[in-house]
Amino acid sequence: MDILTYSGHLLSGAWVTVQLTLYSSVLGLFFAFVLGVGRVSDNPFVHGLSAGIIEFFRGTSLLVQLFWLYFALPMIGQTLGYDWRFPPMLVGTLALALNIGAYAAEVVRGAIQAVAPEQYEAAKALDFSPRQTMWRIIVPQAVPEMMPSLGNLAIQNLKDTALVSLISLADLAYKAEQLRNFTQDSTTIYSLLLLMYFGMALVVAGLMKLAERYACRWRAGGNT
Amino acid sequence: MLFGIEWDTSSHWAFAVSILPILGKGLLVTLQATVVGFLLAAGLGLVLAGLKGMRSRLIAWPARFISEFLRDTPLLVQLFFLYYVLPDYGLVLPAFMTGALALGLQYSAYTSEVYRAGIQSVPAGQLEAARALDLTPGRTFVAIVLPQAIPRIIPALGNYLVSIMKDVPILSVVAVLELLNVARIIGDRSFNYMIPLSMVGLIYLLMTLVAAWAVRKLDERLPKEGIHLQ
Amino acid sequence: MSESDKIIDFQNVTKSYGDHVVLDGLDFSVRRGEKVTIIGPSGSGKSTVLRILMTLEDIQDGVIYVAGKPLWHEEKNGQLIPAGEAHLRMMRKEMGMVFQQFNLFPHMTVMRNVTEAPRQVLGLSRDKAKKRALKYLDLVGMTEHADKFPSQLSGGQQQRVGIARALAMHPNILLFDEPTSALDPELVGEVLQVIEHLASQHDLTILLVTHEMQFARQISDRVCFFDQGKFVEEGSPEQIFTEPREERTQAFLSSFLSEQ
Repeated sequence: MDILTYSGHLLSGAWVTVQLTLYSSVLGLFFAFVLGVGRVSDNPFVHGLSAGIIEFFRGTSLLVQLFWLYFALPMIGQTLGYDWRFPPMLVGTLALALNIGAYAAEVVRGAIQAVAPEQYEAAKALDFSPRQTMWRIIVPQAVPEMMPSLGNLAIQNLKDTALVSLISLADLAYKAEQLRNFTQDSTTIYSLLLLMYFGMALVVAGLMKLAERYACRWRAGGNT
Repeated sequence: MLFGIEWDTSSHWAFAVSILPILGKGLLVTLQATVVGFLLAAGLGLVLAGLKGMRSRLIAWPARFISEFLRDTPLLVQLFFLYYVLPDYGLVLPAFMTGALALGLQYSAYTSEVYRAGIQSVPAGQLEAARALDLTPGRTFVAIVLPQAIPRIIPALGNYLVSIMKDVPILSVVAVLELLNVARIIGDRSFNYMIPLSMVGLIYLLMTLVAAWAVRKLDERLPKEGIHLQ
Repeated sequence: MSESDKIIDFQNVTKSYGDHVVLDGLDFSVRRGEKVTIIGPSGSGKSTVLRILMTLEDIQDGVIYVAGKPLWHEEKNGQLIPAGEAHLRMMRKEMGMVFQQFNLFPHMTVMRNVTEAPRQVLGLSRDKAKKRALKYLDLVGMTEHADKFPSQLSGGQQQRVGIARALAMHPNILLFDEPTSALDPELVGEVLQVIEHLASQHDLTILLVTHEMQFARQISDRVCFFDQGKFVEEGSPEQIFTEPREERTQAFLSSFLSEQ
């Protein structure tokens, strides 16, 4: 078997990896903004809940979270009388999104706190409501600040997707394992696998760089 | 039973208590893997940082490429590579060492960046002053740069120590009996996954909180301007 | 002045930060359409008076009436209780503020800076807001820069946009907090020109805190000297600048003029 045949076989797995990365990154970004803004809220309940969720998902291992959602959650459902055996794709996306979302939430929080306090005053002078101030004035200014860190987290997320192969999701790593079991050609397959992930990481890095440039267009000098 | 210890299935609480010693054995392996992996990462990272900083492009560029490659590829795949490929070339390591090596390699890319950033954070004016005083490059590095770089390096390394600990469960794929693997086996044999996995989650949360606290305390005790030299 | 003339009325207002008292039992009022300039040493609390009016700072004692209604309190069953957020939001519409540091929204174009609040807060349609914005941008002379970002403008240009932005909300009272203090000297004139235009043509109530003595003399109906939390002296520009009665006023003005 040669590299070309291997590649063909791995491609379907690569597609699953791409989808997984995309869905979990988007969902994770959503969680990041909700939790990050919640973390800076004046409301003690919102503040505490956001901080708690962030600390919980940052403090526990992703693989532990993944296994818990895949193995333990159905058992709880069983005792309660619900069928909580979700497909690996859903479990994987959720676990990845929650994990990366918690880390990204800290990035969001830091960036929001870096916005000049005078902006809050200017918004208040114009009578914006607190919600309008946060989402129309503050958060847009925080976005360029977040971009470099979010770029790193996006690549981290891509790497993390490999773990879903351990809950039998047919991603790139899973397909490679299958292939290796069949051909025993470890060196070629794993080298190819590493190169494919590296290539995908470079693409993600490139896309994030473009996003960063777009987000920073109003800044003096044009970049972070 | 596992490791020769039976568990008590009479009630949820009894079950949880009875598997505690078993989980403890797994925890020990986790901690060992964390420490060894971290030491490897710190050491290899230092070498990598040195190579990346060399003036000769022949050495620096490949080093930078390797560093980027290690950063951008999944730990799981790197682990599989080491576990299955190395024996083909005559190097057979016990699973634990393979796992620790994988952790060390992956994180060496990160620690090398920590070293580089820490050293770069020392203001250029310090180097200028050292040169004006005619200090040798070696002395400058040891007495001026390093003491000022350390307060930035140590906390960052501390955070990566915690990250390594959270990545140890990946070693379960090569049958290392760390905490998550042990919990999963208990679940396989007792048909109760919820309790062992939840306990592992809580143990991890506790360890992370303690480790984060320790890193913070260490950060507070390190003088910001640099290690004091008499 | 009669009660109905007063658009701003401070009654025995005290403001403190912890133990540090900034305003101590302050009484102060402004007539509708009056142009008042507040001068005084740095750190005397002049800006605090403006910031309290703009609801950026609260008060520890006393009552403030704006256009006949209490600002930091609301009336409930004939009693005055501390104002809730809804009341403050309603009262804020009476005032507009121009900041020393301009505080434009850097991620929005000039046009968007001026139209955002009218659209989001006053509920104006996009076209109505744009028409209103163009009117005020024209007034401050910034129409050709409507699609630029603040980072592409000079300090004087940014401040003029800041004035247009405040005007677009149609406030009855315009507060200027040292509007030219952060500008390079050659850019001060263009901003003062706009303020002068506003002072002469509109029956807007203006409260100006500034170090530009010449300018204050030109446009003010009344000048107030503020020091250590109280108004030491107030009167017409001629009176304050040529024949100050109080010793502290004299000391301040002479130290100022000797620096010119």
